[in-house]
Amino acid sequence: MSDWIDIASLDDIPQRGARVVKTTQGCVAVFRTADDKVYALDNSCPHKGGPLAEGIVHGASVTCPLHNWVFSLETGLAAGADEGQVATYRARVLNGRIELEAAFLAARSAA
Amino acid sequence: MTQKLIIIGAGMATGRALETLLETAPEAYDVTLFNAEPRGNYNRIMLSPVLAGDKTYAEIETHGPEWYAQNGVTCRFGERIASIDRSAKTVTSENGDVLGYDKLMFGTGSNPFMIPLPGHDLAGVIAYRDLEDTERMMALGPDNRCVVIGGGLLGLEAAAGMAARGVDVTVVHIMGHLMERQLDEAAGYLLRRALVDKGITIKCAANSKEILGKDGHVRALLLDDGTELPCDLLVMAVGIRPNVALAQQAGLAVGKGIHVDDQMVTSDPDVLAVGECVEHDGAIFGLVAPLYDQAKVAAKTLLSEEAAFVQKELSTKLKVTGCDLFSAGDFADGEGREDIVFRDPARGVYRRLVIENNVIIGAVMYGDTADSNWFFGLIKDKTDISEMRDTLIFGPAYQGGTPLDPLAAVAALPRDAEICGCNGICKGQIEDAIAAGATDLGALKAVTKASASCGTCTGLVEQVLAVTLGDDFVMPAAASICACTDMTHEDVRRMIKSQRLTSMPAVWQECGWKTSCGCHVCRPALNFYLLADWPLEYADDPQSRFINERKHANIQKDGTFSVVPRMWGGITTPDELRAIADAADKYMVPTVKVTGGQRIDLLGVKGEDLPAIWKDLNAAGMVSGYAYSKGLRTVKTCVGTDHCRFGTQDSTGLGIKLEKTLHGAWTPHKLKLGVSGCPRNCAEATCKDIGIICVDSGFQISIGGAAGMDVKETELLVQVASEAEAMDVIKAITQLYRENAKYLDRIYKWMAKVGLDWIEARVVTDQAERAALVDRFEISQSIYRHDPWAAHVKEKAKRYQPLARLDLEAAE
Repeated sequence: MSDWIDIASLDDIPQRGARVVKTTQGCVAVFRTADDKVYALDNSCPHKGGPLAEGIVHGASVTCPLHNWVFSLETGLAAGADEGQVATYRARVLNGRIELEAAFLAARSAA
Repeated sequence: MTQKLIIIGAGMATGRALETLLETAPEAYDVTLFNAEPRGNYNRIMLSPVLAGDKTYAEIETHGPEWYAQNGVTCRFGERIASIDRSAKTVTSENGDVLGYDKLMFGTGSNPFMIPLPGHDLAGVIAYRDLEDTERMMALGPDNRCVVIGGGLLGLEAAAGMAARGVDVTVVHIMGHLMERQLDEAAGYLLRRALVDKGITIKCAANSKEILGKDGHVRALLLDDGTELPCDLLVMAVGIRPNVALAQQAGLAVGKGIHVDDQMVTSDPDVLAVGECVEHDGAIFGLVAPLYDQAKVAAKTLLSEEAAFVQKELSTKLKVTGCDLFSAGDFADGEGREDIVFRDPARGVYRRLVIENNVIIGAVMYGDTADSNWFFGLIKDKTDISEMRDTLIFGPAYQGGTPLDPLAAVAALPRDAEICGCNGICKGQIEDAIAAGATDLGALKAVTKASASCGTCTGLVEQVLAVTLGDDFVMPAAASICACTDMTHEDVRRMIKSQRLTSMPAVWQECGWKTSCGCHVCRPALNFYLLADWPLEYADDPQSRFINERKHANIQKDGTFSVVPRMWGGITTPDELRAIADAADKYMVPTVKVTGGQRIDLLGVKGEDLPAIWKDLNAAGMVSGYAYSKGLRTVKTCVGTDHCRFGTQDSTGLGIKLEKTLHGAWTPHKLKLGVSGCPRNCAEATCKDIGIICVDSGFQISIGGAAGMDVKETELLVQVASEAEAMDVIKAITQLYRENAKYLDRIYKWMAKVGLDWIEARVVTDQAERAALVDRFEISQSIYRHDPWAAHVKEKAKRYQPLARLDLEAAE
């Protein structure tokens, strides 16, 4: 089994956008920034469970659509005065394809 | 050895001279201070705020009895000097006391000029000069009428102060526009409009003929065109004359004022004079800044120190709340002179610079005077502006390529840049005072007097504090859009329009965004401004929209969506209802609710089902209800003439037409309309953003209602006779709102800023402007009047599905 799972073409996510990957343990949001970096985070805001994939992406951050908490896509940490962290998973772009690290699935199943 | 100093007049100039003298050499003189007014020195230029009720006399008193006592000044207030014997070096007071002096200082000030009209000596005819005059005006109230002769600085401050007390005030001005010595016509026009908005009647180019009286008291002013202006009080504020009677009688050299040299010494070496009573090098003085300079020079002269009074360029500000204006230098048109003019009608902003040989020689500003000190500096320093000419008019923040932090402009000021014009305080003096421990505004005021007189430089002084102290100073939050920029919504809109910025990266670049691509606060605002200003050039950016507008449905707390199909004017059919019921069944919609806007809301639809449910609703003829948008929401109607026995017009029909015309129109905030068929107002039109009440004779269009966090009743804009005209007016209002309002301002908030009159002038009075607005509205609608549901079903359905389903693989 390969270490990385092929998910989709990079073009399937708009720049400064996100879409979700459904897993047995809930949804993972995959973000694409303006400079074509991809990040994978749990699609659930630690505040009230807001769907982060529906948020506005700016720089390497996303703003939750429910109450405007802002999270770093790199670390999953909430910005400013808010406290909380979203789980992050390793993601990469290879030959125009988005890939997630296989271990992340295992980690989620075990959780 | 202590010498005797007698001062005649306890005004602002002699007050400042005394302060300087006592600070420098408290033991040098034994001072006796005479004053005709029964009080000591107060800040006379703050009488206008006292009149307006913004301040009390106690707050503007400069020197109280304790101050005089502490400093050993003998006060003889309420006493005049009857005569002066210069050879014996004595003065004789009106009660016969004879006092000797070593030095004598005149500060007799000025007398208001009274036009010798027939009736000028009637009771109730006053000037605007001292506290007694102010108190006379303060005694008036809403039942009184007052006429002010003179549309200059003083007359307008008097008029505005009384208007603030509810007095019915008319200003009569002989010239063609207000404050003609300080303002050009355009700024005079804006000022006039602002004063009219305050309920003041302004009559320019009006000649007074006679003051009419009854039983010895004024009752009206008669103009030479025969107009009679009834009044209970008549205030003459047409100018001042130096008060030279006593000096003349004492045999001093007198012209327009008491002649003084650069050391403020009169023709008698032991007699000095300062303030409004003096004439220096042919000039007389009415503003406070040169008087303070004179005072300091006079104090030094008394102490045999070298000092010389130099006349400087002067600037003017008006102390009327809500009328920010500034003028300096020479702004007359002329050969070889060029203008740079900036106008922003929406904000009521006007700026004009007059340039000669690449140097600014005059400036007039109205509405936004924040940069006035910078421009005044350029005038005084005769700076060559050829390098920055392209962006000069926008002020210091726009110089040097990308705009800088507003504080940078202050930081860049040289140490000798004047900050407080009244007190002649330069930036360097403020910096020194801060270094010496005056680290807040109050302390700075106490130490340097900066911002302690008229107060209009307070913001600038705070900025110097901020620049000097860095993080230790907490500035009152500036209303920038967000942390990505220091610019306000208004600044950015101005840049988008004036610099033709048609893309988001262009805005970020030209406006110096501090982040790479904005944030969730600024991006939706910029996206709106760009599509509103450049509907043809700019392509809407879904990624800069809040999820509701990106996915055309309302996000709910659990991440599902609500779907509201449009029902034009609140009218539906059995077929539509069946289709809605079928969709609710098919997509297992947990809640079906009727909304306040007469629509049916399907709550709890899963994100991935959106394209499918839309497709079904589209098939039944329904389109997006835009229940999610900062744009046209619904047009609520009553049943009108079709069924109602009271209905006067086809309100339902008009509602449907309006909704079909306006749908898809993006606006700064949500836009709700209501059309009621009669004044019983069953559609609750008078709490909508735009409300229409049908009456027998036509349609009353009112705007600015709200029923949310604020509850507001609409204000009547216009009544029109035909449905077609009603449609045009509403299209024009929508376009005007779209082009001018700040993002997330509802119409009522926008209206509070620009005024109903301003809107009325454009969509009611000026037919050409209305037509142009309607045209621009239609151009924009040619792009945006469509059904986003159908478009997304066709082109973007895949985006609503998960990117990948790893749950299925895992299950295998």
